[in-house]
Amino acid sequence: MNGFRVQYEPMEKKDSNADLAKIICRKYLNDAAALIEILHDVQEHFGFLPRDMLPEIAGHLNITRAEAGGVAGFYEDFRTRPPARMHLKICRGEACQSMGANGLIKLVERLKRELEGEISFEEVFCLGNCALAPAIMEGERLTGRVDESFLETRIRRSTGQGPVNGQDTGGEGK
Amino acid sequence: MSTKIYLPCDSGAVSVGADQVADAIILEAEKRNMDMELIRNGSRGMFWLEPLMEVETGRGRMGFGPVCASEVGEILDLLVKTDPETVKHEKALGLVEEIEYLKRQQRVTFSRVGIIDPLDIRDYMEHGGFKGLKKSMALGPEKTCEEVLASGLRGRGGAGFPAGIKWKTVAGQPTGQKYVCCNADEGDSGTFADRMLMEGDPFCLLEGMIIAAIATGASRGFIYVRSEYPAAIRTLKKAIRILEKNNWLGKNIAGSNHEFDIEVRRGAGSYVCGEESAMLESLEGKRGQVRSRPPIPAISGLFGKPTLVNNVLTLASVPVIMAKGAKAYETLGSDKSHGTQAFQLAGNIKRGGLVELAFGVSLRELVENFGGGTRTGKKFRCAQLGGPLGAYVDAKMLDVAMEYETLAQRGAMLGHGGITVFDEDVDMAEMARFAFEFCAIESCGKCTPCRIGSVRGKESIERLLTGKDKEKTLELIEDLCTTLEEGSLCAMGGLTPLPVRSAIRLFPEDFGLQNRTIPHETNP
Repeated sequence: MNGFRVQYEPMEKKDSNADLAKIICRKYLNDAAALIEILHDVQEHFGFLPRDMLPEIAGHLNITRAEAGGVAGFYEDFRTRPPARMHLKICRGEACQSMGANGLIKLVERLKRELEGEISFEEVFCLGNCALAPAIMEGERLTGRVDESFLETRIRRSTGQGPVNGQDTGGEGK
Repeated sequence: MSTKIYLPCDSGAVSVGADQVADAIILEAEKRNMDMELIRNGSRGMFWLEPLMEVETGRGRMGFGPVCASEVGEILDLLVKTDPETVKHEKALGLVEEIEYLKRQQRVTFSRVGIIDPLDIRDYMEHGGFKGLKKSMALGPEKTCEEVLASGLRGRGGAGFPAGIKWKTVAGQPTGQKYVCCNADEGDSGTFADRMLMEGDPFCLLEGMIIAAIATGASRGFIYVRSEYPAAIRTLKKAIRILEKNNWLGKNIAGSNHEFDIEVRRGAGSYVCGEESAMLESLEGKRGQVRSRPPIPAISGLFGKPTLVNNVLTLASVPVIMAKGAKAYETLGSDKSHGTQAFQLAGNIKRGGLVELAFGVSLRELVENFGGGTRTGKKFRCAQLGGPLGAYVDAKMLDVAMEYETLAQRGAMLGHGGITVFDEDVDMAEMARFAFEFCAIESCGKCTPCRIGSVRGKESIERLLTGKDKEKTLELIEDLCTTLEEGSLCAMGGLTPLPVRSAIRLFPEDFGLQNRTIPHETNP
């Protein structure tokens, strides 16, 4: 399946994205099997996968652009656009649904419309906190037993809207 | 001697404020000039008590929970003034080991989780660490495989395949590059045991992998951890570095001529990568699509080489099996399900958490006696066993024994041991629709029944709910389920019918199907 391969020319121009791709790929010894790790590293750096990074990475790993793009497109984690100032993962696994996750999703959808461009979110299936459902994750910060008033408060605070009515109930053993 | 205070670093505990409590402990102890050592342990698995603070005393550890950062000061005051054993406080729980929930468990695989500092290798060894590996090195590869087979250990990932047979198959392949891959892509909703073990006792998993590597002749290992578990990934990476420094990994492990290296690889949000062949594709840097079998991974797995793929809990059970002998493990449990299972009580449940018990315990015991019923206090309606691809069971089935064969006979499955409880407010038509939707979102796209059937299934349930052409639609759903079951390469498509059919069968009223018998009966 690797009939056509992108020929990679050593980069001369002072393109920092290209340098970054080179550095990250080299960290994994230009091993194509580490593609997912490489994409994670790139996304950690930019917050998303910039379009021009994929051909660079494909070149270093000696795989086709289509192969790299196919992998980046397959996995839910990888974004091609920058996330908003606050990006939430909201768990929609059955355990979280049994404790009201769908209500949280409706709330965030409403706030997203209201606070245009300030928040983005994705529905995920299981954050592994099923005994403390419902759960959300922001960056690497996991929060359990989230209720709607807590989530609204946190979103409004994080987006610079200051505290609103409603107690800060989640995230503190209750 | 300084007082030892334990507070979990487990991400479940952290998700309800453990880090803030830990900061408060340090701050308040400083204020009181208290000679104190704070140890961040794993979680005991009693999540309704998290953050659970434990104070070491002559008699054992005294627990306080769930503790708020604002309560730390008053608890420390009481500890300074009075004997920790007699402290009276509304959050005081007494001796942690005496809490019924914990006391009635049989902690075998999780014996160290919540007790030791996860990254303190001396603590690990003081609690029986590396005994299994040493024994296995003394026995040699062949006898180690025999021992694993004799223990009756079955794959804890969900399929329940005898681990010893897998090990022997890999060991029996011609010498050359072989791999040990640990499947830590715990994607099933309602399960968190793998995460707890990786965060709370990472050396145990690594020791299991080293034993597996020596027994099968593998020189490289991978742990495929889902990206939703960043704390587990960090802990494992640190643990690997510690073992490398201490000569338990790398060349000449513990002075022998064995060589083994372990690498952690992150998943990227794909549920289907928990299926072993999709996981191998992902480890090769490809789209996580299922492979057709044969060949089985034990013969041709990662990069086409013989590969041992086992779940976290399977590998983590091996050290104790080796240390205490196969017989001790085999006698636990029932006829064909030997040893212990880490049951995970999740969802709408009062006392959610981890319960490790020998197979054969009844579902009622777990949900009612351990779990204490629903968290909302409403009536129990149903539970889903074994994750999103598992069957729903109702109150009538609560007395079923939790073991592989018994559950299979009743049209359900144990899976990874997750039990997700729902109260009477649940809409089972929505849950059935969700089962199809989940399959549609997470399908890898390789097989047509799963890729297209899931979308059609979701639409069919929606049509059923409109009330038009009920008979026809029901027939269509049934037909789709059969196609999915028989025409899919892996469990994703093959098991999606389980939650759908069980929901329709047990709760026809939610689908507007009162007073009629459902044609298909998977549960005679």
